[in-house]
Amino acid sequence: MNSILLLTLRRLRAPMILLIVVFAIGMVGLVLIPGVDENGESWHMTLFQAFYFMAYTASTIGFGEIPHSFTDEQRLWVTMIIFASVFGWAVLVASLLALGRDRAVRRSLVESRFNRRVKALVEPFFLICGFGETGQLIARALDLRGRRFVVLEIDEVRSQEVDLMDFHQVPLALAADARLPDNLIAAGLKKDQCRGVLALTNDDQANLAVAMTVRLLQPRVPVLARAMSRETAANMASFDTDHVINPFARFGEQLALAIAAPPNYRLISWLTGLPGTYLKPEAAPPVGDWVVCGYGRFGREVVRAFRRQDIDVTVIDPNAPANPADTDMPMVRGPGTEAEPLRAAGIETAVGVVAGTDDDVNNLSIVVTARELNKDLFTIIRQNLQANRALFNAFDADMTMVSSELIASECLAVIRTPMLAPFLEVVRHESAEWTNALIERLTERIGERAPAIWSVTMNISEAPAMYRLLMDHGRATVGDLVRSPSDRDEPLACVPLYLRREDQAVVLPQDDFALQPGDEVLFAGRGPVRDHQQALLRNEKVRDYVLTGQDATSGWLWQRLTGGARQAEPKARP
Amino acid sequence: MNLEKVVFGFFIVLAATLNFGFVFGEVADPNHHNIWEFFAAFVVNVIATALKFGDRTQIGAVHLATSLVAVLQLGAAALVWFFAHGDLLSSSAIVGVVSLSAGALLANIISIVILIVETTMMRR
Repeated sequence: MNSILLLTLRRLRAPMILLIVVFAIGMVGLVLIPGVDENGESWHMTLFQAFYFMAYTASTIGFGEIPHSFTDEQRLWVTMIIFASVFGWAVLVASLLALGRDRAVRRSLVESRFNRRVKALVEPFFLICGFGETGQLIARALDLRGRRFVVLEIDEVRSQEVDLMDFHQVPLALAADARLPDNLIAAGLKKDQCRGVLALTNDDQANLAVAMTVRLLQPRVPVLARAMSRETAANMASFDTDHVINPFARFGEQLALAIAAPPNYRLISWLTGLPGTYLKPEAAPPVGDWVVCGYGRFGREVVRAFRRQDIDVTVIDPNAPANPADTDMPMVRGPGTEAEPLRAAGIETAVGVVAGTDDDVNNLSIVVTARELNKDLFTIIRQNLQANRALFNAFDADMTMVSSELIASECLAVIRTPMLAPFLEVVRHESAEWTNALIERLTERIGERAPAIWSVTMNISEAPAMYRLLMDHGRATVGDLVRSPSDRDEPLACVPLYLRREDQAVVLPQDDFALQPGDEVLFAGRGPVRDHQQALLRNEKVRDYVLTGQDATSGWLWQRLTGGARQAEPKARP
Repeated sequence: MNLEKVVFGFFIVLAATLNFGFVFGEVADPNHHNIWEFFAAFVVNVIATALKFGDRTQIGAVHLATSLVAVLQLGAAALVWFFAHGDLLSSSAIVGVVSLSAGALLANIISIVILIVETTMMRR
């Protein structure tokens, strides 16, 4: 606000001085020129009367000749000062109006409003740098879960889109360069409520700059950064960026897992799925000869994944070396969109094709052409733009890689529940039988929609009722946490996945596993169930009902009458 | 040489000199105080204030503050004169106008001191 006032005064300086000078000259003239009143006597205006006359003349109000009718000499002077003062006044008003349209002033207005609102933010929030497809996906998912976020986006048009999107909260967005530390600070980096920074711009250098800034200015705030190249990822990791996401490398890992352990891949992609997605049927990429079209950043990661599984790959790329001896793998030079290079790469005998160029239409063209040549191909397709989703849905490839969705789901998994990562690591190495059994158990309890994942710590802030009971040496088990507060024999639609106690971790804790204060339990379940569970964690009466099956007496009188016996019961429960 | 600095210094000094010229003399003697000089001092002070608008530096802020004080004092003096119905011959009115203007003079002197300090601080 302050800077706007200063800016306004600065811009209006010249017109104001012009007006002051005109007033002063006009007033001097009015006082000096003698007038003649009705009685024929000579009179002079006082300075105040002259000022009054100037004020209503300059602003074109024109009350007339006050206090007496003017003589012709006076009128001559007044004619001149009317032109001068009205012009001065008009210049002032015009500059004032021009100021309202001035970019600098408008920007300063927007910035000061943004700063004020960020300052007033009392809830925990996430700072999203870059509001591209990934940023939008994450913002929507955070918004659905009632979490606040602040957006920094370098492109002005895109940052204005934030206001047009249908969020539950009033979103905070500023068009500013996230590489500049001042902008990050203005967006609340130094606030205690800042729970994390997501560097998701489409520029690796910018993401690197954001990660570095946060590491130096606010080391306790976790940073999640997108890195499209291995070099940037390594650079970020070198100064302890909390989570570096390279979508291509991550897809390569997933592909390798999907080949080596299909059920594990299926479970992990379901648990980390974006809200509203469903458990996909198992579709393992077959083992055999593969054709990969496009040998860019994505193609390289895919080839690396295949070779790790000892699968033979032929690459088609327009920039492949003409001489096959220059490479350590079979390569065909040419566009994958045409039948000839595909045939040359052996598409008729291959089991699958990967369309991994950076052009969506070409990718679709590749898989359509390839399927015409070989109907039974397993297709993996890279989708660059989320906007083309309709096309890709229509084609229905066996695996689709959308880098924005991949980054978003990974970010959300990390943000929401840091405990999920160690559990997924366990799943990655489990046997197929174990995983299939778990999938069956989970879907039976909570359905096939991507589950909500949350964790609960048995401490005073997250589970006060349960914590007090445990501190009084009361007994509660993991199974008690999934009893419904409305009917204790009904299970809640959630499953405990993982339990962490100071130095040990338990995977899929059994129902009779006894809880201790400080235990942290990870759940997968339907979203609304979480609120039901909150009741038994926070409300002592609900807790006692769930543990004992009896409604606890509440009033003082009633407790006296029943001797308070039932109050103590939960502690004594065997 | 910078024309902006010349204009700036000119108005600040002129505001102070005109103010001084008006105040100078026997406080209660209307013959020592010219009303036109007062008017000129007032106008020049307002212009000097406008010139100081929009400077974000610390010194600029103090500059603006002194000018605002001077204009406020002179405005009060003008009001005293106005309520005396332009009759400056009565000694009570002239004393009010002159003493208020003397206050404005002090503010103007401070302004000049800042101007000098600012100039000597310049390394070029």
